[in-house]
Amino acid sequence: MNKTVANADEAIKDISDNAVLMLGGFGLCGIPENSIAALVKKGVKGLTCISNNAGVDDFGIGLMLKTRQVKKMISSYVGENAEFERQLLSGELEVELIPQGTLATRCLAAGYGMPAIFTPAGVGTEVAEGKETRKFMVEGVEKEFLMEMAFDADFALVKAWKGDTHGNLVFHETARNFNPMMAMAGKVTIAEVEELVPAGELDPDHIHTPGIYVHRIFKGERYEKRIEQRTVRTKQ
Amino acid sequence: MLDKTGIAKRIAKEIKDGYYVNLGIGIPTLVANYIPQGMNVVLQSENGLLGMGPFPFEGEEDPDLINAGKQTITTVPGSAFFDSAMSFGMIRSRKVDLTILGAMEVADNGDIANWKIPGKMVKGMGGAMDLVASAKNIIVAMQHVNKANESKLLIKCSLPLTGVGCVKKIVTELAVLDVTPQGFRLLERAPGISVEQIKNATEGRLVIEGDIPEMKIE
Repeated sequence: MNKTVANADEAIKDISDNAVLMLGGFGLCGIPENSIAALVKKGVKGLTCISNNAGVDDFGIGLMLKTRQVKKMISSYVGENAEFERQLLSGELEVELIPQGTLATRCLAAGYGMPAIFTPAGVGTEVAEGKETRKFMVEGVEKEFLMEMAFDADFALVKAWKGDTHGNLVFHETARNFNPMMAMAGKVTIAEVEELVPAGELDPDHIHTPGIYVHRIFKGERYEKRIEQRTVRTKQ
Repeated sequence: MLDKTGIAKRIAKEIKDGYYVNLGIGIPTLVANYIPQGMNVVLQSENGLLGMGPFPFEGEEDPDLINAGKQTITTVPGSAFFDSAMSFGMIRSRKVDLTILGAMEVADNGDIANWKIPGKMVKGMGGAMDLVASAKNIIVAMQHVNKANESKLLIKCSLPLTGVGCVKKIVTELAVLDVTPQGFRLLERAPGISVEQIKNATEGRLVIEGDIPEMKIE
């Protein structure tokens, strides 16, 4: 059951051009920094990236946008990235914007083995165009729902705080975000962690993602953990 | 006329003891500063936190601890972290009592537009569509008119919709209004603002019944 690989290059070595990837993280919080760096180094192109955000110009998925490795982004919010906006407006980059809860739940559905979900998000908006709808009774009132399909991703790249050699993962604070459900959803899931321990060292009660969902795990070489909006208060 | 702080202060009066509240980016974020002392309110941040606290002291910022606006924050005693699917699970299953968010336009049937200006703004809806589709109670903090003095409280939204028939209450720099089957019902005037001024600034159907009191804000 040893899922350990030496490093990020080893972990992503079979990701090839035109792969569909899921990347965990919210903004720059909890993103698979080392896997992204390895993808940039490898130079694979034509990637479809399912990720809540698209990074900033010089960090996160923004690094892969700069090198034109991304063909399509599926995200809920893509502000704070000038290069992204330029590629989108020039037609170089394809973008599908979907509600954040829909994004999370389509990952969840994949990990739970369910082909589709029904959600009220986007009913009556352009998100609903061309989609099947169905009415259900909710709290005594008939309400319309959109059918949204589970994602089908070749690889999920996630970042956890701690992991063990069996691939069990523990996340930290709001760096958890999309990582657990993406870990469950990838055909091949690659987890990078800040601390990698032998199986048996993590308390089984504290594991967020069981190792069955994780195919490869490695300790990230370094974590910059950049802060996007540094907001502070002053001591009185 | 109210400034942003005034709008936030007025909205804070809608929060009740024991509420779980989701605050959007912008004016709604300011509401947290005016929740009355001693009231038990838990703030939900849709990136995976219940019990959002104030900004950290300088030097104590934690890159793993941010809010939905990607700002560094803190937790409070009793906080809990969870993943994004659960976060929208609690929103969809209506466990969150109140959602406060901004808008570019609202229609008199409760439609809201706040995520896209075709050809101009391509940032995405984030969690807004999920929030407005499911929230038990939605209060919108917005400007009554745009810079060209055109009403943003409309008969029909001109921008792409975020959600249909979902807004319950609106607080603007001029007024507090409820959304009813008859249209916007005027509840309160901002200090120094007349009913006539509100009428002129509102394109959508406006219901005015009896004397409209001036709002009380400390």
